[in-house]
Amino acid sequence: MSDVLLEIKKLNVFYGAIHAVKGIDIDVKKGEITTLIGANGAGKTSTLNSIVGLVRNKKGNIIYKGKEVSHLKPDAIVKSGIALAPEGRRIFPNLTVEENLQMGAFFRKDVAEVKRDLKWVLELFPRLKERLKQMGGTLSGGEQQMLAIARALMANPQILMMDEPSLGLAPLLVKEVFGVIKRVKREGKTVLLVEQNAAAALSIADYGYVLETGNIVLKGKGKELLANDEVRRAYLGVTV
Amino acid sequence: MWLTDFAQNLINGTLLGGLYALIAIGYTMVYGILRLINFAHGDILMWGVYFALYAVVAFGMPWWLGFLVGIALAGFLGFGIEKIAYRPLRNAPRISSLITAIGMSFFLESLAVVVFGGIPKSFNIYPKFFNHTLIFGHLRIQTLTFFILGITFLLLLGVLWLLYRTKTGTAMRAIATDIPTTSLMGANVDRIISLTFIIGSMLAATSGIMWAMRYPQVQPYMGFVPGMKAFVAAVIGGIGSVPGALVGGFLLGMTEILVVGFFPNLAGYRDVFAYVILIVLLMFRPTGIFTVYSEQKV
Repeated sequence: MSDVLLEIKKLNVFYGAIHAVKGIDIDVKKGEITTLIGANGAGKTSTLNSIVGLVRNKKGNIIYKGKEVSHLKPDAIVKSGIALAPEGRRIFPNLTVEENLQMGAFFRKDVAEVKRDLKWVLELFPRLKERLKQMGGTLSGGEQQMLAIARALMANPQILMMDEPSLGLAPLLVKEVFGVIKRVKREGKTVLLVEQNAAAALSIADYGYVLETGNIVLKGKGKELLANDEVRRAYLGVTV
Repeated sequence: MWLTDFAQNLINGTLLGGLYALIAIGYTMVYGILRLINFAHGDILMWGVYFALYAVVAFGMPWWLGFLVGIALAGFLGFGIEKIAYRPLRNAPRISSLITAIGMSFFLESLAVVVFGGIPKSFNIYPKFFNHTLIFGHLRIQTLTFFILGITFLLLLGVLWLLYRTKTGTAMRAIATDIPTTSLMGANVDRIISLTFIIGSMLAATSGIMWAMRYPQVQPYMGFVPGMKAFVAAVIGGIGSVPGALVGGFLLGMTEILVVGFFPNLAGYRDVFAYVILIVLLMFRPTGIFTVYSEQKV
């Protein structure tokens, strides 16, 4: 068995009176693609935002490389090697594509390797290369999603977390984005992927968790979940 | 003769415009990042001038060192104000921080009256060679003019370089649209916001000191009019836009000087023109010359 890089234990998230995540446990294993699937409001985004430190009102343990990191602020988490391509892309519209990518490597001092990573992400997303001097806000939705992923990769993270990268994309682009996720894995990076597009996510995932209103209702290997009757009925739209 | 007058006024307009622009940059940078109109900005300017004055008069520093100390202390003051008064309200409704900014302005003015006294002080602490008048044909230009223009342009170039050519500047522009996502880039947002206040305050103090060299009187309310004009300049240029603040500042300074220069009997209405420009612009282009915030997305 490969070892666990990120371990989430009894994570609870609260927004005022709303209990959004109710004590979930998740293991993210090194070099694997782990996915969280579930409907709107299941607590997927809250989980990612808790890991990266954007959500402060939480309980439970987040253990990364054997160390408790749940008290850290986002900039410290990112520096430690966990990057997030956030929900809704959140690229900087008033910055050029190139500047967006530079922001992804903001904290890094290893100039030569940043250059190498820039070359790599532009190879992953050749379309961004054509648009380096263009303002981020002028990109199409699909290009913005690619920029958001590329920007997160510029942090040279050990764990790349992605929040609904397929949202609002045409089927062809979804395929392209998921192809990139597989390539990122092949580079030896660990991926934590949140998706509503359960079929696509489970087909590339090593392990998956199904979230429903803040609880994990199912977990298992990606292929097993894909074959699971309940998953097929609830998330894949298959009548069983 | 008419041409000489025009050239003379052009120089004076550039001078005043540059001073406005330096102050307006601080306004617009802070607004761009926090959507906060920092009404205390003009009062930080005033404190910077007092700091410089006391550094020279009370501590016997050479004029240039006194100026630098005054500018540095103003930066420190801006840093402190953000940390103590604005940071705790960053996630509060915007009206709260606006009211706090107005309160901070009153506080700084009143504190200056208590500490420095309400009687205007003379700012004759700079060397006399700044008062030499150079004559070019019919043009008469004070050495001080060259000094102020030179410093102003150097600082403006410096700010543009910082914002568009450095990593920190890129992060400042990133924060302006999205604070949480900027923190996801591994950037320490608090530190960048502090830096913005420090730079804005130092620019305001520099402008204030040069203002005091030209109109050599220092008093606790001296920051109000330049602050208000610079705010108008920032809005004319499109608040949140640094190039806008530059254009707005120069446009405002130039208009004021030219109107007074060519219609001397309207001199008493000088300040009116600043606001007339503002009102007309707001009627036809409410987002300013350089539109930064055209729509508010929820």
